[in-house]
Amino acid sequence: MSISHTLLGLLESGPRHGYDLKRAFDQRFGHDRPLHYGQVYSTMSRLLKNGLVEVEGVEPGGGPERKRYAITDAGITDVAQWLAEPEKPEPYLQSTLFTKVVLALLTGRSAADLLDAQRSEHLRLMRELTERKRTGDLADQLICDHALFHLEADLRWLELTAARLDALAAEVRA
Amino acid sequence: MTPAGSLLTAENLRKAYGPTNALDGAHFSIHPGEVVAVMGPSGSGKSTLLHCLAGIVTPDSGTITYDGRELSAMGDAERSALRRGDFGFVFQFGQLVPELTCLENVALPLRLNGVARKAAEGTALGWLERLEIDSLARKRPGEVSGGQGQRVAVARSLVTGPRVVFADEPTGALDSLNGERVMELLTEAARSTRAAVVLVTHEARVAAYSDREIVVRDGRSRDLERSS
Ligand SMILES: Nc1ncnc2c1ncn2[C@@H]1O[C@H](COP(=O)(O)OP(=O)(O)OP(=O)(O)O)[C@@H](O)[C@H]1O
Ligand SMILES: [Mg+2]
Repeated sequence: MSISHTLLGLLESGPRHGYDLKRAFDQRFGHDRPLHYGQVYSTMSRLLKNGLVEVEGVEPGGGPERKRYAITDAGITDVAQWLAEPEKPEPYLQSTLFTKVVLALLTGRSAADLLDAQRSEHLRLMRELTERKRTGDLADQLICDHALFHLEADLRWLELTAARLDALAAEVRA
Repeated sequence: MTPAGSLLTAENLRKAYGPTNALDGAHFSIHPGEVVAVMGPSGSGKSTLLHCLAGIVTPDSGTITYDGRELSAMGDAERSALRRGDFGFVFQFGQLVPELTCLENVALPLRLNGVARKAAEGTALGWLERLEIDSLARKRPGEVSGGQGQRVAVARSLVTGPRVVFADEPTGALDSLNGERVMELLTEAARSTRAAVVLVTHEARVAAYSDREIVVRDGRSRDLERSS
């Protein structure tokens, strides 16, 4: 999962201080793996250098967590590109996809379009595997089947999520 | 506007059953020899779309064009001739005639088109062989397994040399192995005869046999090929 895109996406709804960013990340996406402050600041300084965020203000007497960051236009474009680009289908994608869906809802983009793009990317790979299975020997078939069943499980998750988008949107925006 | 080279096109179809909008702006197109999967949640309108495309159900509005002719402009007789001659059908539960043998079931569409018994059964036997079930020719549907019955249904859908095969959850009642074999046989046969296949399925591994998918949600479908 891309921490820098996630932090950037969180900034899109409004400027935040470093400590506030970490809290928002942990609360929404960090259930099993909260961020270290060090990760937040190294990420923010890279984003700063690349012109994707800017420092809007610094609270007096504070360290880096007191800096108030705002997303730039280039940053918004970067988030949009990341959300629109489907992920390479592979097992255990869920945390990245979940993050993308939540950020799309938070930033008022179409989560349904994102899920559709991901579905068609998954199906594209499933077609390739199906074709390889058709022309391969039994060993190929078994290996492809393993991948196909995993991709199918992903797709079922995408489907279920698509069906629950309205409820998720209400929860996320609450 | 019909996309260039498309065999069957639907634009902006609407169909209501009482207060339910089964179709609410559905678009679709398919080329000769193409396999298109129609996906989407249960109740989203997939079967209704298939029935409209096949001329079984008349939409409330929208246009369906088959081979340059508008379906709604045809009379009932012309439409049912189309269904018998140009279209083939496979449904979830075979829907074979229980009193007829498997061979007679496969020959039936030809018989209904006026082909003599001997010729019809000869062609039918060829299709049974192709689907590797010629040993079932003399059995009745009640005496074969679900997977075997679906192969008989696939043979029957192809026997008239249709230009479009409509398949609604053709593997829905089968386990993975049999389902995949049926899909392999159906798509291979369709590709070799240049028949287009409209494949309704909610299973991704079945849809993976298609060339392209469209997704129906709440009666609406976008044809991604057309919008891109
Ligand atoms: N003959 C009918 N009379 C009344 N309502 C109908 C009829 N056919 C379909 N519907 C309704 O239209 C909607 C779409 O039904 P349809 O059968 O097309 O869905 P589907 O996508 O094929 O679902 P499934 O995956 O469960 O087969 C549903 O709400 C269904 O209840
Ligand atoms: Mg249906």
